[in-house]
Parts: sequence; C-alpha cells; structure tokens
Amino acid sequence: MKDATDSFKRSVAEALADTELQRALQNVKSGFIVKSAAAKAKLPEFGTLRAEARAIKDHTLTHLDLYLEAYERKVVESGGQVHFAETAADARDIVLKLCREHGAKLVVKGKSMVSEEIGLNAHLQAAGIEAVETDLGEYIVQLRGETPSHIIAPVIHLNKETIAADFRRAHRGRPTSRRLNDPQDLVAEARAVLREKFLAADVGITGANLLLAETRSSVIVTSEGPGPLTSTLPRTHIVIASIAKIVPTLEDACTILRLLARSATGQEITTYTTFATGPRRGDDPDGPTAYHVVLVDNGRSEMLGGVFQDMLRCIRCGACLNHCPVYGAIGGHAYGSVYPGPMGAVLTPALQGIDHARDLPNASSFCGRCEEVCPMSIPLPSMMRAWRERDFAQGKRSRIGRLAFKVWAFAAKRPRLYHPLAGMSVPLLARLAGGRGHFNRLPFAKAWTGTRDLPAPEGKTFQQLYAKARRRHRQ
Amino acid sequence: MSAPDEARAIVLARIRSALGVATLDRARRSAVARRLERHPRGTIPAQAVQSPAGCIARLSEMLTKQGAEVARVATPEDAVHAIASYLSSNNLPPRLRMGSDLRLAALPWREAWDIGRVFGRAEPTDKACLSRALVAAAETGTLFLASGAENPTTLNFLPEIHMVLIRASDIVGSYEEAWGRLRGVYGERSLPRSVNLISGPSRTADIEQTIVRGAHGPRRLFVLILP
Repeated sequence: MKDATDSFKRSVAEALADTELQRALQNVKSGFIVKSAAAKAKLPEFGTLRAEARAIKDHTLTHLDLYLEAYERKVVESGGQVHFAETAADARDIVLKLCREHGAKLVVKGKSMVSEEIGLNAHLQAAGIEAVETDLGEYIVQLRGETPSHIIAPVIHLNKETIAADFRRAHRGRPTSRRLNDPQDLVAEARAVLREKFLAADVGITGANLLLAETRSSVIVTSEGPGPLTSTLPRTHIVIASIAKIVPTLEDACTILRLLARSATGQEITTYTTFATGPRRGDDPDGPTAYHVVLVDNGRSEMLGGVFQDMLRCIRCGACLNHCPVYGAIGGHAYGSVYPGPMGAVLTPALQGIDHARDLPNASSFCGRCEEVCPMSIPLPSMMRAWRERDFAQGKRSRIGRLAFKVWAFAAKRPRLYHPLAGMSVPLLARLAGGRGHFNRLPFAKAWTGTRDLPAPEGKTFQQLYAKARRRHRQ
Repeated sequence: MSAPDEARAIVLARIRSALGVATLDRARRSAVARRLERHPRGTIPAQAVQSPAGCIARLSEMLTKQGAEVARVATPEDAVHAIASYLSSNNLPPRLRMGSDLRLAALPWREAWDIGRVFGRAEPTDKACLSRALVAAAETGTLFLASGAENPTTLNFLPEIHMVLIRASDIVGSYEEAWGRLRGVYGERSLPRSVNLISGPSRTADIEQTIVRGAHGPRRLFVLILP
C-alpha cells in the first residue's frame, strides 16, 4: 500500500483542476446517491436491520478470537487450510508461497480490496507470476498501473474514450479498425480477453465480503461474475480476507446482505452472491481441488478494544464515499490510499500509522453525512477527530500553529481575559474588512483566502449581543 | 514471516489482549457455541412474507426487473416447448448442456426431439445451459443454485444463455427460509461446495455507470416456473 503522506495537498489541487475527473464525479451524485435512497425507501425495515447488523458485528468483534477459531476448525475439517498473516508483508509472502507450491504461472483475481492493501499484484509479478484482475473496473485500473479510485466503482474517474485507448494499447493482435465506441464494445472485448485468462489460470484468488463461522463459507457479492468464475475454474482457490470479515451464521449474513447492495449501488440485491465452501467434493464435476484461506491482520487486532474498534464493522459498501462532499470534490486518488473517503480517512492511519496519513482525518467538513448513511452506523466523524487529537498530541504539527493554539487556549480558559480581547478585536476586524463584509486576502490565512473569501465579523461578539439582549429583556 | 502456527498464535493473542479477555473464558465460549448452534433470525422484512401465490408473483416481478426473462409454464411439456422455442427464437443451435438432475432428466424431452442434450460440466463452447434451482427467495427475486453433479456450477457462469427451472413449491419468501431448505438437504453447519444466489443476468456498470449485460457471466437468464 502506497504511503498517504504529504503529497495530499498537491493531489487535491490536481484533482480539482482535472475537468474530466470533475465530470465523472457528478456520476456518483446522480447515480449511487439517488438509487440508494430509492432502494432504502422501498424497505421500511432498513433502520431496524441497520441496528441489528451493528449488533451482529459488535458481538462478533468482542468474540473475534473464538469465531476465528471456530471458522478455522470448519475449514480444516473439510480439507482446506487457513493461514494467519500478521502483516501485509506476511500476507504477500504466504500467497506467493501458495502460488509457487501449486505451480502457478497465471493467477486470476476477483475483486479484493485487501489484496490492494497488501500490494499483492506487484509482489506476484516480481516473482514472475502473472496476476490478472478480472473485475472489469479492477482490470482497467491494472492495465493503467493505477489503484482504484472508488472501492466499489474502481474506474469512476475514467471515461470510455480513455478506456478504449487503453484497450487498443494492451490488447495486441486484434484488428485496429475494430469498434470500441460504446461501453458495450468495451465490455465485450474485456469479456473475451478475460475468458481466456479464466480458462488458462492455475490459481484463483478472491476476496470475501463475509466469512461465515457456521459453515466456513466465504461470501462474495458481484454483478459481473468474476468472483464465482475465479473460485470455480482454476485448480486452486485462495481466499484472502481480513480477520474482521467473520460473522457467525447464515442468518447474520442475510441481515448484512440486505443492507450491503442497497447502501452500495442502490440495487436490492447484487446479481451474484456466491457462498464458496472449500474444495471440490467427491462427485463435484467442477470447482477447485485445493482451497486456502489467508486471514490478514495487518494492524486490525490493535484496533480492537479501543476507540477505533467500530471501524472494523465496515462492510465496504462505499456509501460514505458517495455521500462525502470532500470525496465528491476530489475523487479517490487524491487520498493516496487504497481506501479513500471517510472510511479511508479512519482506516488508513490505523493500518499505516498516523505519521503516514495525517492529512486524511483532516480532509473532512465534519458534516456527518458519512455516519448518517453508514449501514453499520460507524461514527466516522468522531473517529477522524480522535485521529486529529492523536496527531496533535504527537507534536508533529507546525510550531507556529501549536503556539497559536496555545495562546488561544490560554485566553479561552480565562473568560475575563477572553471577552474583552474578543470585544476589541471583532470590531477591529470588521473595520479592516472595510464594509465589504469579507476579506479577499489575509496574512496567515493564505490557504483559506487563496480559494475563497473569509467572512469578516459583523461588529459585536456573541457575548456582547447576549448581554445587550438580556438587559433589554429585563427592562 | 513467522512459522504458520506462530503467526496464528500471535494474531489470536493480540486479539485477546486488545479485548482484555482470557483464553478459557467459559461464558464467552458458550455464547459463541450457542449462537452457531441456534443461528437466531433477525428481522425479516414484511415484503418477504407472502402467500405461496404472492411469492411466485414477487419472484417473477423482481427477476424481470433485474433483467431476467420469466415464463410460468403449466406442465412439464410446456416447459420443454418453452425451452425449445427460446433456443430457436434466439437463433441458437438446438443444443443444451445440463447436469444429472433427476427432475430435469424426467422432463418429457420427446416433446422436442431435435434438442441435443449434453451432460456434465459446462465447456467454453456451450451456448446454452439448463440448471435447476434448489430453492428461490421471492424477496429479491433470488435463485439458489447448489453445486454438484446434478447442477454443476460452471453451467451458471460459462454460457451466454442460462436457463433455470424452479418448481413453484420451492419458492419461499425470505433468504432465511431458503437457507432452512438447504439445511434440510445438506444438514446443520454444512453446505455444498458452492451455493450461488442468482438474481438476474450478469451485468456491469463500471464504465461511465452505463449498465451493460453479460459482463463475465450469461447475457441472458431465462427462468421457468413449473407448478
């Protein structure tokens, strides 16, 4: 996973200036938001289900060790293997080792955010194993050497002309005169190219939306069908999932699945929901003969029992991205993390350390929409605030900034000092603004006034107005 | 990279220490065992609770909305005729891939003597496949297809056209009832290798949010409901 460091501000500026990206981001608003609201309106029990889903995950997380053990026992019973990975590097190495053991030259992959998180493709490529993404969006992103810009719509930042150019460059040996004008043409070509990969692959790697302790199943939702093809055609199936994907039972899966598609794309259900449960059985004519599960920790166990535990309820629906005004303005890539938007602003510092992601929890207007639409009721704004506090406590912010806050805090804690000071400076600022009511430019506030005006105070402080109103009231 | 058992022990120990729990806490263990054994149901939406006729109507409605074609046939003979005319009206050769499902085998195939049936897992060249859904949940128009020699999983995903037969008596309201049927067939805490919930033909909206059918799986899904 790429470091989400100080490049953030530069990426934001680039994103805001990118007209193509800005056009594409309008699709998020007109598409996902409207459809999701309509789907929720058709399910009056949505609120109840949301509360129940939260309780399911809370119960699972507080018993996570035991559910992982129960899940593992079931997998092993059926001839599969479970591998625990402490870190991203461990997870990469485990998957590589499994691929080598199964003699893999070509690996097909279903959509998996955790594999993006651990940088799996690059690791396999470096070892001479071709790893091909098969989810259409992920495939296009891979051709371009990018990361997804949205967790459920990876190429939301691209238009069809760009994708057609990518296909012409990457798919050699096809007639140059072929038609690639419409999404239909592009999908048909990708289908043909990827079908060959599916049939030739030695190993299939999928992620998991859920892992079920009851039946040892891994659950994948998809509209296109790359997941089930990946888990059916190759000889070996490897599931890679974070330890937070476990839920107890099929009934628990039902409750969560009722929320997932409605919150994500606004469908009532995704076209395919696949429950894959181990290797081929006695009379199975198809399916893999070997089955492995790689359970990735990579910082998650340390989130338990603390302020960030609630983040582990996340089911990766992307609703918080879709509804976030900051995501809507800059898109996913500017975050510099495979997890963008509000969920990424909380998760990325937990996975990489706040040192590597300090701008992300600040990239928020704190409007609270993310928490409102989160099907798992994750308190994203308060967790972003918690990261800000930790970052500040580490003392890495600029000295002038810290000094300014210290001075302000000193005064703010002493009302007898604060009120007269405020009473003097407010009219002063009002006069400086010279009747315009705002500043176009202000020293020490260039970052603000560079893109918008700063409103000037109107003459009196709240305390002064309050005191005056009270006097009038008494009279 | 630490040894496999060591990594497992470390991750579990980290979880326990973060949660502040002991390994052998009886109350926690029995809470987990109880939940797995009893698998309590959550709230089932009212739209999933219907009369048998209501279930059939909702299943058809939802599947149609999600891009599938649905035919309600009165007799097994009609089912075979519907399959034959679907193939011919789509200019497909009269050839059908299927598994060893007994109920499919028992259909009166003599009614369409020209349909060549081939058996076993799907091959890349197969244009049309026929499966039987074990059960279907009306709430979102969702067919449950179980893997095995009767209905190999490749039939669901490789062909361009997937036909699925479902008996009216196998249409239930909610997902929970559908899983109940599967538990009845496969036992508690046990599922076939793969259960595929299918609610329409394959589609993608990845490119400019334009919906295109037939992304990786079948372009068309034809569902036959038989009394």
